[in-house]
Amino acid sequence: MRYVIIGNSTAAVAAIEGIRSVDNVGEITVLTDEIYEAYGRPLISYYLWGKTTPEKMHYRPADFYEKNGVLLRRGETVVSIDPERKTVALQSGEKVAYDKLLVAAGSRPFVPPMEGLETVQNKFSFMKFDDALALERAICKDSRVLVVGAGLIGLKCVEGILERVASVDVVDLADRILSSVLDEGGAATVRAFLEKKGVKFHLGDSVVAFSENEASLKSGGKIGFDVLVLAVGVRPNAELVKDAGGETSRGIVTDDRQETSLKDVYAAGDCAESVDITDGRRKVLALLPNAYYQGRTAGINMAGGEARLNDCMPLNAVGFFGLHVLTAGAYVGEVYEEHGENTYKKLFVQDGLLKGFILIGDVARAGIYTALIRERTPLDSVDFEMLRKAPALAAFAAAGRREKLAKKV
Amino acid sequence: MKRIYVNEQWCLGCHLCEYECAFANSGETDMVKALKGKKMGTDLLPRIRVEDAEDGSHFAVNCRHCTDPRCVNSCISGALSRDEEGMVVIDRDKCVGCFTCILVCPYGAIMPSGGKPVQKCMLCTDNAAGEPNCVKHCPNNAIVYEER
Repeated sequence: MRYVIIGNSTAAVAAIEGIRSVDNVGEITVLTDEIYEAYGRPLISYYLWGKTTPEKMHYRPADFYEKNGVLLRRGETVVSIDPERKTVALQSGEKVAYDKLLVAAGSRPFVPPMEGLETVQNKFSFMKFDDALALERAICKDSRVLVVGAGLIGLKCVEGILERVASVDVVDLADRILSSVLDEGGAATVRAFLEKKGVKFHLGDSVVAFSENEASLKSGGKIGFDVLVLAVGVRPNAELVKDAGGETSRGIVTDDRQETSLKDVYAAGDCAESVDITDGRRKVLALLPNAYYQGRTAGINMAGGEARLNDCMPLNAVGFFGLHVLTAGAYVGEVYEEHGENTYKKLFVQDGLLKGFILIGDVARAGIYTALIRERTPLDSVDFEMLRKAPALAAFAAAGRREKLAKKV
Repeated sequence: MKRIYVNEQWCLGCHLCEYECAFANSGETDMVKALKGKKMGTDLLPRIRVEDAEDGSHFAVNCRHCTDPRCVNSCISGALSRDEEGMVVIDRDKCVGCFTCILVCPYGAIMPSGGKPVQKCMLCTDNAAGEPNCVKHCPNNAIVYEER
């Protein structure tokens, strides 16, 4: 059996682990356009912040590829898939044959057309390690940095560079930061914290034109900058499957075994969609834990095993200078909330189930809440009064506690 | 693999396991030096926590060393892994403290350490105790270290 994997990040590594849990002999080839062994993608901001090093960023031990019999082909870009002949074509013209193919091609930055952008010399995206290295080379302690986009990518970049530059301005069209992750109140809490650290926000605003080192805002203001970071959004790399005739929507559509509409072609990670159990909708859940589970599920099925993935949901763990934000699920239904200066908590309950939560600051044991959402635990079977105050296993009936603590799990 | 299991009916709620855990992981050889004048929950952050239920029962919670651990599968840095025996291991040097593991552990068993990395029970393999110090000093067999 010849397995070919396009991409070399979380989903690819998980697929390798999935394949090898079933098949110890098949040939695995990984094709990546990067030059690195797999590294933790979200670590690039921690690298700039000085909290990790290139050596510590390796996602798996040094002998991972060798031990798993994987041929890692670096610097190879896949340009097309031929699902009839079962080959993928590389930029070099070479064709690589597969019996089972995984597309774990990730996503790419989305840069909308912006007037005068071509006049800006120092402009960067912030998704890959090479992006972080290039940005690092461009900044110094006197740099004025402008970040367009106050989402996860933009703000993690801010955390990485804030202490290494003179100033950071952030512009976002939305009227709050982290608009895909937080509600208004949660966003205000994190924003106030970041403003105290010195970040300047221009929200509900956008850049109408760049002119070399100056950005003109829709609101009329101007921001001078030396370095520009574009973190407006991302697009799933779904084209390889789409162009080969496979079903795609925003991302690549798969079944719950991670197989696409093309036979023997699987997809996982940020290029693929999943069904969010908290609202039943199919969407791209571009989050690392999700990429792992999708990749592993794909790998097991590619190798002839049986695995299905039916418990995906939005999950975010993001911190800024020690202020931690943990969120999960959907923000729908009845709300239970508590706020302090740097703490914020909201639980969302609908149809007798916990549907989602936002925890800022005080995040201890949040996973107990996450499990309630994932397992769709009826709240009338637990002591929800107790859980509202803090996550605790004591809120479960004694028999449930025995299942968790007195048995191998 | 031997794991720590809870016999809830025997737990007195004495919280001694928390102190024994904090002591074992303090690096000190003198218990008084390690614990004196320090407050549980703020100065002392043990990797095992006793919960006191409203029905009067008590029980200790620490890492379950799951056979398919969500923390390991979700870790963004590869700092969490499962060793050959099945123990869930943290490389505190690799951990950047993103708290994804805290978000996904269904037992609430991975905890902030006060510093950058998170902390979790390593069955006292990473300190001088050698075997789980909480179990060793539990006065009533409310936690045991065995194969199940």
